[in-house]
Amino acid sequence: MTFIRDLGRYLLMLKGMFSKPENGKMYWKEFMHQCSDIGIGSFGIVVIISVFIGAVSTLQTAYQLITPLIPLSTIAVIVRDTVILEFAPTLTCIVLAGVVGSKIASELGNMRVSEQIDALEIMGINTKSYLVMPKIIAGLIVIPMLVAIAMALGIWGGRLAATTAGILSGETFDKGLHEGFIPYNVFFALAKSYTFAFIICSIPAFFGYYVEGGSLEIGRASTKAVVVSCVMILFADYILSALLL
Amino acid sequence: MIEVKDIRKAFGEKVVIDGVSSTMKSGQCNLIIGSSGSGKTVLMKCMVGLFTPDSGEILYGGKSFGDMNTEEQKDIRKEIGMLFQGSALFDSQTVEQNVMFPLDMFTKDHYTQKLKRVNEVLERVKLVDANKKFPSELSGGMKKRVALARAIVLNPKYLFCDEPNSGLDPLTSLVIDKLIQEITLEYQITTVINTHDMNSVMEIGDYILYMYQGHKEWEGNNKEIIFSKNQRLNEFIFASEFLKDAKEMRMLEESGKMPGHVHSKKPDQ
Repeated sequence: MTFIRDLGRYLLMLKGMFSKPENGKMYWKEFMHQCSDIGIGSFGIVVIISVFIGAVSTLQTAYQLITPLIPLSTIAVIVRDTVILEFAPTLTCIVLAGVVGSKIASELGNMRVSEQIDALEIMGINTKSYLVMPKIIAGLIVIPMLVAIAMALGIWGGRLAATTAGILSGETFDKGLHEGFIPYNVFFALAKSYTFAFIICSIPAFFGYYVEGGSLEIGRASTKAVVVSCVMILFADYILSALLL
Repeated sequence: MIEVKDIRKAFGEKVVIDGVSSTMKSGQCNLIIGSSGSGKTVLMKCMVGLFTPDSGEILYGGKSFGDMNTEEQKDIRKEIGMLFQGSALFDSQTVEQNVMFPLDMFTKDHYTQKLKRVNEVLERVKLVDANKKFPSELSGGMKKRVALARAIVLNPKYLFCDEPNSGLDPLTSLVIDKLIQEITLEYQITTVINTHDMNSVMEIGDYILYMYQGHKEWEGNNKEIIFSKNQRLNEFIFASEFLKDAKEMRMLEESGKMPGHVHSKKPDQ
């Protein structure tokens, strides 16, 4: 019953976002603020994760491909495809669910508990529209960008690990990158990142917006938001893979 | 003027407001008093539209808030200023940005005009040199003053204050009370204040509505309240020994046994 009630409230929250802005300039300002918060605020962690994931996948692939029958450039092919198809969109978004999701849930939760949302409502501002929508739109724009950066950096990290560990030369790695490249894979990764971006921003916004109680409840809502977002990302990952691949 | 007509509000089985009616006039401080859990805050939230009453009407200038469409309700809300118990200032914004927020949202004025208005209201609430401070750098009284400045920056017709003195020392409470009273008279605002602070009741209570377990138990003003014979009200207001003494002194004053005091007309109840 709680699930159905929450799902209904979540859908109503999304429906409630669509109204004429009271002042377009202020909404734009809030949107830009969110773009900066989500994009710049998460850039560092995305860079670190993607470089190391690329590097580790190169080392592990090389460790498993010990037969001389398979050309070394295959390592680059495997690294490229795993990074593009899975690691960059899914892993980056799971980390972002923690970083961005907990921030959104706790920010809105704190605003709810300290009556800041009530204050905005009394001023005649549609808080779902002013507080939630800019976060979702900012996420939909910025997160796919971060995923694209993660793809490039993951592959670069893999190349760096391959050359520094002496597994294969840079030229061989580059040759492997061009072998059997399917552009559709990038489209698939971006389709996933848009879906995940919506999950990362809307679910924590829901948990934060409807929090009741005090600081303890804000913490609980934040944790729940991250857990539910991660589960939904994995579920959506499976559905999208089944449908689009 | 705000009229409350037979408001009823329940949460599940629990009836929190049960048939409350009242008229709150402009240019005066209308106080809703009562012990914790008596339904004061819920009544105020019904009045400002944060809660929808189960039955009854709230009329702003004769128009029912519940019958208005979303746009009309938004227009009324632009005429409402509210001072929250915890001030409800935006943490990430400075004092200046907090007070300027309603102007940014609802006016097309130039920045310099808005800044002028912000400085005017900050001066009005006696808060100077705090423009660039963040809420975390302010004391409780200063936060209330910033919240009051934000509430009046758009020249509202209606001002709601939810426990404006909670967490403040008696002297700062008095300053805030006086400020609210002055602003109410100056701009002829309909001010509604939720409180259980008896100092406020005696100082600024032009109209007092006493709530007891969700219903209206008594109404009157600060001259009448001290002589009220309502037992529940007396239990509430004379919970403090000091006020009992004050009542006795006032009785003596009324009967002319205290020399040097001006006799005032004894109210009916």
